[in-house]
Amino acid sequence: MSRYVLRRLVQLIPVVLGVTILIFTIMYFIPGDPVRLMLGPEATLADIEAKRQQLGLNDPYFMRLGKFLRDVFLRFDFGKSWVYNVPVTTELLHRLPRTLIIAVVCILLQILVGIPLGIVAAINHNRWGDRVAMFVALFGISMPNFWIALMLVLFFSVQLGWLPPYGIGGIQYYILPCIANAFPGIATQARQTRSSMLEVIRSDYITTARAKGMSEFQVIFKHALPNALLPVITVIGNGMGRLLAGTVVIESIFSIPGVGMYLVGGINTRDYNVVQSSVIFLAIAFTLIMLLVDLMYAVIDPRIKAQFAAKKRRKRHA
Amino acid sequence: MLNATTAEVIPSRVKRQSELAAVARRLSKNPSAIIGFVVAVFLVLIAIFAPLIAPYPYDKQDLMNSRKPPSPQHIFGTDELGRDVFSRVIWGSRFSLTVGVLAVLLGSGVGVIFGALAGYFGGLIDDLVMRLMDILQSIPDILLAITISVALGPGFFNTLLALSVGGIPMACRLMRAGILGIRKQEYLEAATAINASTLRIIIRHVLPNAFAPVLVSATMMIGHIILGAAMLSFIGLGVQPPTPEWGSMIAGGRSLIRSCPWMVTFPGIFIMLAVLALNMFGDGLRDALDPKLKK
Repeated sequence: MSRYVLRRLVQLIPVVLGVTILIFTIMYFIPGDPVRLMLGPEATLADIEAKRQQLGLNDPYFMRLGKFLRDVFLRFDFGKSWVYNVPVTTELLHRLPRTLIIAVVCILLQILVGIPLGIVAAINHNRWGDRVAMFVALFGISMPNFWIALMLVLFFSVQLGWLPPYGIGGIQYYILPCIANAFPGIATQARQTRSSMLEVIRSDYITTARAKGMSEFQVIFKHALPNALLPVITVIGNGMGRLLAGTVVIESIFSIPGVGMYLVGGINTRDYNVVQSSVIFLAIAFTLIMLLVDLMYAVIDPRIKAQFAAKKRRKRHA
Repeated sequence: MLNATTAEVIPSRVKRQSELAAVARRLSKNPSAIIGFVVAVFLVLIAIFAPLIAPYPYDKQDLMNSRKPPSPQHIFGTDELGRDVFSRVIWGSRFSLTVGVLAVLLGSGVGVIFGALAGYFGGLIDDLVMRLMDILQSIPDILLAITISVALGPGFFNTLLALSVGGIPMACRLMRAGILGIRKQEYLEAATAINASTLRIIIRHVLPNAFAPVLVSATMMIGHIILGAAMLSFIGLGVQPPTPEWGSMIAGGRSLIRSCPWMVTFPGIFIMLAVLALNMFGDGLRDALDPKLKK
């Protein structure tokens, strides 16, 4: 198992490097002169040239890329914000907890609401409980999360006045953002759980379990659910990606100063270093989460463990 | 020789039609798929005939009548510049639907080509392509679209490009998996035996047989792209005003949500309708193409 973990960690390196290089390269092609934008219309040509030199924008592509990779991976330094001249890394780490709170609460909601909903729907296949749950879920995956957010604000803040419409403070400030961001995830999770449960329920061993006279409860939770869980975990992992991306708009709607709002702020002020760094930061976070998901696979699914063990044994024989 | 070729073509055409008919028959028995299809067609018609349906030009300002709630003259109300929200929503369907369909075609097209190459040739090409897809998939697609959109700047084609990239890995993987599944089939061996060229084998035999999952995912992807496009213009990327776009209309009404909620509500309902219709149809299509899931 530890060798499997190690191998996965090693495989992670080219992906993380690739992601960083890809984002850097895309951002390299931004048209227009960022320095001109930064210094404003009054700047002289000499000022602009000096600033370009200072930021290293005159260097060739590979030198800039090399420097960037060295700074990010060896010094954990994303450079400075072009507009505010503050180190981006400090800002990102300072903002990360707020984004994490939202993401973690959302993922918990997705698991605790989505999976049971999917199981109930699968057990009641084609009865009204299933129909209602899937109808709601279909709506859930069809609404943009920022619109859900605004509708929630309209109802719970403007009409009822129960919850604050934006800002940070106590728990009550996080309720609406979390629900809005989690809703599409809950819906996806319920749909996936249902369809993978349905697939498993048709298997022969479920019929066998029933024929043995096991209670339906035991059949579902001892035989069906563990086998249906694998695709369900994939959805959790992918959901993390959507949630991290979703926080980008959710945070700016609710004025929560997290990584996402930092990114949107960077877009609006054309602070491209902030944009680039936030995207890379979130993408690396997502990659690490997907690694955890893969490792969870190995723990849950004995087949993967066996595959690896078999390979090892074969090697020993050779 | 000529006779042999026609004899070969006719049975295969008959077979394909009957398969298509079977899928259509299964699809037509699924009420939710039909509703989805009808709503989608309805929205496409709205988009095509926007100039005839919309009662006002989308950019006609009427400052005397700004921020008016829904009324018989303006059934969805007016925005802060007195523009008719209903007309703007109608015109907005053009952009969202075009971007959705074109971005999916572009993304799936590129993905299918990559996937076909990777699956058919295997080896080094497979490794290279799949590592590239790993990297693309490690970036949540919305973030990727945001980055590309920032880099390319605003505009219709740039937005299209930005949104299509996210669809490449999925189509590529499905295509590759499909090809790996059929690569050892006898009809491919037969095609090789009669000296068909690689290109011909891929286009004539491999693609059609591995295409079903790509088709289903593409249908669902259109809805996903429409959501993505709305989000891009919501945060100020993508198409720029005064072009009416559902996402940017919502963004525009955001600060006025207390006094004029209709500016936010109606564009959102249309986004939801469009995506919902496509998802319902996509669900039905998946069930119809995969009969073993149905029973």
